[in-house]
Order: sequence, then C-alpha cells, then structure tokens
Amino acid sequence: MNLTLKIWRQKNREAIGRFETYEANSVLEDMSFLEMLDVVNEGLLERGAEPIAFDSDCREGICGMCSLVINGVPHGGHRGTATCQLHMRHFKDGDTITIEPWRAKAFPVIRDLITNRTAFDRIIQAGGFVSVNTGGTPDGNAIPVPKTIADRSMDAAACISCGACVAVCKNASAMLFVAAKVSHLNLLPQGKAEKDRRALNMVRQMDAEGFGNCTVTGSCEAVCPKEISLSFIAKLNRDYGVALLKGAPD
Amino acid sequence: MTLESKIPSGPVAQKWDKHRFEIKLINPANKRKYDILVVGSGLAGASAAASLAELGYKVKCFCFQDSPRRAHSIAAQGGINAAKNYANDGDSVYRLFYDTIKGGDFRAREANVYRLAQVSINIIDQCVAQGVPFAREYGGLLANRSFGGAQVSRTFYARGQTGQQLLLGAYQALSRQIGLGTVKMYPRTEMLELVVIDGAAKGIVVRDLITGAISSHAGDAVVLATGGYGNVFFLSTNAKGCNVTATWRAYKKGAFFANPCYTQIHPTCIPVSGEHQSKLTLMSESLRNDGRVWVPKRKEDCAKAPASISEQDRDYYLERKYPSFGNLAPRDISSRAAKEVCDAGRGVGPGGLGVYLDFSDSIKRLGEPVIRERYGNLFDMYERITGENAYEAPMRIFPAVHYTMGGTWVDYNLMSTLPGLFVLGEANFSDHGANRLGASALMQGLADGYFILPYTIGDYFASAKPTKVTTDRPEFKQAEDGVRAFMNRLLSIKGKRTATSLHRELGKLLWEKCGMARDEAGLKEALRRIPELREEFWKTLNVTGENGELNQALEYAGRVADFMEFAELLCQDALHRRESCGGHFRSEFQTPDGEALRNDEQFSYVAAWEYKGPNQPAVLHKELLAYEEVHMSTRSYK
Repeated sequence: MNLTLKIWRQKNREAIGRFETYEANSVLEDMSFLEMLDVVNEGLLERGAEPIAFDSDCREGICGMCSLVINGVPHGGHRGTATCQLHMRHFKDGDTITIEPWRAKAFPVIRDLITNRTAFDRIIQAGGFVSVNTGGTPDGNAIPVPKTIADRSMDAAACISCGACVAVCKNASAMLFVAAKVSHLNLLPQGKAEKDRRALNMVRQMDAEGFGNCTVTGSCEAVCPKEISLSFIAKLNRDYGVALLKGAPD
Repeated sequence: MTLESKIPSGPVAQKWDKHRFEIKLINPANKRKYDILVVGSGLAGASAAASLAELGYKVKCFCFQDSPRRAHSIAAQGGINAAKNYANDGDSVYRLFYDTIKGGDFRAREANVYRLAQVSINIIDQCVAQGVPFAREYGGLLANRSFGGAQVSRTFYARGQTGQQLLLGAYQALSRQIGLGTVKMYPRTEMLELVVIDGAAKGIVVRDLITGAISSHAGDAVVLATGGYGNVFFLSTNAKGCNVTATWRAYKKGAFFANPCYTQIHPTCIPVSGEHQSKLTLMSESLRNDGRVWVPKRKEDCAKAPASISEQDRDYYLERKYPSFGNLAPRDISSRAAKEVCDAGRGVGPGGLGVYLDFSDSIKRLGEPVIRERYGNLFDMYERITGENAYEAPMRIFPAVHYTMGGTWVDYNLMSTLPGLFVLGEANFSDHGANRLGASALMQGLADGYFILPYTIGDYFASAKPTKVTTDRPEFKQAEDGVRAFMNRLLSIKGKRTATSLHRELGKLLWEKCGMARDEAGLKEALRRIPELREEFWKTLNVTGENGELNQALEYAGRVADFMEFAELLCQDALHRRESCGGHFRSEFQTPDGEALRNDEQFSYVAAWEYKGPNQPAVLHKELLAYEEVHMSTRSYK
C-alpha cells in the first residue's frame, strides 16, 4: 500500500516545529508501524536527508520507550496495543497518517517525535518504592498475600510508564501513572508501612512537574497499552485523602 | 599473563561463606570516599547501583535509554529460578547447581554456579520485600511452576512479565537512592570508552545522546552491566538498542573476552515476515507444554493449508526423535531440529523458514477456554503480529538468537583481567557455560548485583588500595579525543550505504555461517567475508547530521562499527572450538544420530581472548575447568 505521512519535525527543544509530508510507498501489511518508519528513514538517509527521530527499544510492547500520537490518538488507538506492536494491516492504501510527539508541558520535545519523560522518574524517586535495603529481608513466604490482592497489585504494576495517559488527557494529567504505582505498592503488605507518605509525596512531585489535574474523563484508561483501570485513580484519591486527614508525615 | 580465577579452596558448599569471611571490609565511614561508575541499568546494573549506594559508596549510573526502567531485562517473560523447595518436590541448592552445570553442558565454573544457586534463595526474599507482585496461591504463599524442562517446580513468576516486575523492583530501589542523592543517574548517556591508568580501570568517556557532548567521569572502579551481544546477528529477540560497545571497548583496553561462540537460539519465536523485519519476538517456551511441533512429511505439501494435510502426512519430528521429552526437548536441541527440517525443504510459511506449533489436539482435549486461560496473552500477541488466529490454525514459529552466554572474562569476584573493572549479568561469561537454562538469566543478573559485587568490590578497594585520579589526567583527554575522532570518522565517509543495510548483511552472514550449526568451511568463509564487509562499512557508510545534536543514525553507526569487529572474534572462537557443546554446534562433531559431541579431553576450558591491536590476531588464554563435585556426563533427552 502507499501512504502519505504528515510528521512533526522539530530540530530541538527551542526550535519551532512543523509538519512535513512524506510518501511511504510499497508498505506491506506485515510491517509494524515502526518498521514502516524505519523504511521511510532508510529512504531519507539514502537521499542524504536527516531521518525522523523517534524512540523505541524492545519493540514488543513492554519497555515503554515508544510513543507517537497517530491520527490524534496515542499509540494509534488499538486496544491494549503500544505503537511498536501496531501493524500496518490496520491501515489501507491511500491513507494519510498524522504522526506527532506526546504533547504535554511536563514532556518537552527533544527532537521530532522524541520527548523528555524524566518527570516520571522523579515522581518514582519521590516515593514509588519500598524503603528496604538489600539483605536482611524476611523469607518470601513469611507474610502471606491473598491471591486476589497480589493479582490486583499486579494489574497496577503492569504500567510501562510510556506516558500515553498524559498525552491523551486534555489536562495532561499524570494521575493514572501515579495511581498505578501507588496502588501497586499500597495494596501489598510490604508497601503498607509507607502508604501515606508515598501517596502524599508522589502527588506533590506530580504537581511540581507541571502535570494537570484529573477530571476523570477516562481517556487515559482508553489509550493505555496495558489497560490500567481507572479504578486505581479512585484508590489513589482515597489513599491521598486518608493521608491528608492523618496529617503530613515528617 | 595467566588467568587467575581466584576460586576459594575448600568444599564447594563452603567456598562462598569462607570467601565472604576472608575478604577485606571497608569501614562504613570510609565507603563514601569511593566513587563507583555503573554502566547499564538492567537487573544487574540497577541492583548493583542501588546496593552499593545503600552501603555508602558514591555511585554514578549510566544508561542509553531515556529511563533506567527501560533496560532489556524488562522483556523477560517466563520467570526466575530459586532453590527454595517451597514445592516440597526434592529441590535443593545442590540440585539447582547440578541442573545448571549440566544444562551448561559442563562448560561453566562449578564454584560460581554453586554460589548462584545459594544466593538464589535471598533474591526471592529481597524481591518480595521490595513489593514485586509474584504470583500467589489462594493460601497467600508464593506460586511456583516448572519451566524449561526442569523436573522440579522452582520457577517464581509474575504473570508473563517476570522480568518487568523484577526490573521495576531494582529500578525502584535505585530510584530511592537517586532521590536520596547517593546515586547520580545519567539517562540517554552512552559509554564509548574505558579509561585505563597505570593498568587499572579508572573511568569512562560518555556521549550525551541529546546534545552530543562528550565528557569524562573518573571513579575508583567501573562496573559494566551492559547486557549481551545477540544483536550482532542483526535479527534477535534483543531490544533494538542492545549492543556490544561497552564490553568491546573494554576488550580493546585489555579486558579479555571469553567464549563468544556460546550463543543461545530460542526455538519459539515468530518467523521473519520480510526484508523490513527489524527484530524478532519471542513466544514463551511454555507454549510447548500444550502445542505439538510438526512440518509436512512431503515438500509438496508445504504450501497447502495446514488443516488440509492429513495426520499421516505430518511429521511430528520432536516426538519422533526424542520420545521421552518430545515437544519439551531443551532449547538448543529443538532449535537445531527445526533448522534440519527447514534445510530439508519442509519448512512452512514465507521463505520456508517456519514450523507449525499446533494446539488443535489440546483444544480438543481441554477445550478452548482452558487454552485461552493458559496462553491467551500469547495468542493475542501472535495475532497482533501475524494477523492469524492460533485457535483456528497452527502457529508458525522459528528459532531466533535470544541470549549470549559468552562475555567479558571475570574471576570469582566478578573482576575482569583489568583491575577495577567489574562485569555483571549477561555482559560477563560466568555462570551458564555453553547453554543457559530457562529462568536463570534473571537469577544471575540479580545475584551479581544484589549479593556478590557489593561484597567483592570492597575487597578490591581494601586490598588493592587504588589511587585516586581525576579527569584532569591526560589519559582522559586522550580517550575523549579518540571518541571525537571516531565520531567524526563515521560522519565524514558520506558514502551510499546505511548502517542498517550493512548491519543486516553482517547479521545474515553470521546467521548462515555461525548460527545454529557451524562448520570449518563456513566459519573460514565468514572470517574471510567479515574484514571485507568491515572495509565496505568504513568506505561506504552514510551518516547524516552532526555530532553535536541528537543523532540516532550516528549512535547506531558506532554500535554497528563495533559489531563489525566483534563478529570476527565470535567466528574465530567458534572455529577454534573443535567440539559441539550447548549453544555451539559444530556439524563435524556429532554423534551418529546427530547429537552434540563434546570433547572434554581437549576443550574443557574457558577460552579467554586477549586483544593485541588492530589487524592482529587475538591471543587465546585457557582457564581449565576442574570438575571436583560433579561427574561430566553426556546430556541425553531421548
């Protein structure tokens, strides 16, 4: 199939960006979306033009490095699918595809389709962990964890930190990301000791990074490649509220 | 130079305890005086960086991804082994040790493997305490499964995302230290040179992948946890960014490289669909528990729809050749059997490079809901990539490069032949011998980072008393100049070919001549072609843009340049090892029924290669493997 691509090009953070149009010809339906872009880039390189910069690494939907807003939807809008797992059989000959980077104040563009998502790392550094050092931990079976709790914790822990939830949100809110990490750890007995300070500190860092507020429209859940449930935001709100009422920890 | 493995004396079960008592300690107040540079943030790197910082050392950690949480450990699916014997089925430290030695085809060090089995127990405890959401039974205790043909259930798992969850545990421990200010993290930063001063590793030169700035970092020790070299084959299940650059540059500075020919080919991957293919995707080995592998008996049937081929016209070749293990035969054996039938022209799918993995009998026996519950996510993944529904038609699978057992040579303390340079995880050669068992990679990465290096690095500081250096030393300036010249050289060729096309050509050559089966003629042919291809690379490469910006074509070209050199060592090692063992199968050395034929008399050693300069042959050093504890036997899965 032959496609027309409208792709966001931006030299660096300070530069003014713009859409450029490219033709992608003889695209096969078995190609992944990123392989289609690889082929376009090969063509650009052969012509001595600068290839389109985009992030990817594992290309099997687990590392969270890939991004791309495709036709206005982060990761292209196929249920439970990250951009790297999206295949060209979902497009047809003659289509025009618009490709943009994540757009959020807290994720500045570095170049073309690459953004800086280190704000997410700083949120984790503020409390997304259990404060145990290496060594001296009790036997793995010392504290039973009910299967339903472990499964629910795992549902939240499946987050790959790609940032699609922020990119789709009209307020660029990071609530689903924060909620997933707070829920993953706060649900488990191992995470209970720091339950309150975790919720408070991570939310505080989220606000400091410039992410917007949550109005629970649910668009984040709809585009999440790991289908993280909106109900974790309810849990975060509860944990945060309880922590606030208890008073700030030291 | 002689290789000193520094294996402690005494019975194997007591070596590590004895060693931990004998090694010297650093006073807690003095630890902050030592700077440690950790390159890589996967299971080994992140766990090491976090644990060292907790002890009080000053740590800098570097990764080329945008976040330390993206390292390729994250993609491991199946699980992590530990000798907990929670299943009460006869497992023990000794059994895990024995299985790993045997699985490695008697080409690993006994003492290292025993220690690995010992600390496997601590790893699970550590991960649980960090909040890793392992699978649980209804009673609330940890669930176990058997994996990769093991006869005991010792594998712990978190759905099909065990690597992700273990990495997040280590990443979170690392993040905590970053937040506390004890680790300085450098994401999107690639190590391009190791700095050696007075014979010891003292620092690294890195490139900031956003600005292109080249800078130096000095430390009292350098830790490489930079993963394996599977991408030398171009197509592998590794992430796109995985590369050999860090360990290769260290090799050229004097760190011996061991057993590069031990590469693991995983039998159940989704086949290549065309020239555009950028990487391969693994399907969990667990599928072989309920799927039957077959190809048509006759070549002429290969293009027919699988359902139209009758039962008597199908060749269930694994069941036929290995009646007792059948479809569960180990990775290397299953992969080679698939290659054989495809070489005979009986492969299916595009290019005849695929075999069927058929679930129809299991679906008949157990019903579709049971199969969906067991493998639903894998069937979905298969459909996403191929557009085919595996409940209705058999999957097509083919082997792919998956893991590399070879790596930088290290002693029992995980230190390379360069004092002060420690190498962990897949990047070193240490524990898997010639073949790695399923669910053992995660175990080794975390063992090295959490429980081994934090002890042994202190002993280096206390006994070697390394001198402090700063980046003002001329060696740093020289190394930076070298890196800049290298980058400029890549940019100045302005030829016609892209790094991808050259890399793909190299990969194809290696896959054909040094892949699942190797022989002398093929390897010699590869050794003739690789220098030609390297010359082609340096004459015809085309990289656009400049160094002082984010330039992915330049980053990638640098990695391919190193693969172009490394490939030669890989083939040289494969040529010299005139035996078949584990992941290294030499067609000349096989039993009459086509099984690997080891030569313990001549090759029971670790081959460690020393760099002697450009266009000089590498020099072989042998570390003889002494088997005191286990008796070397022939693997049989018939």
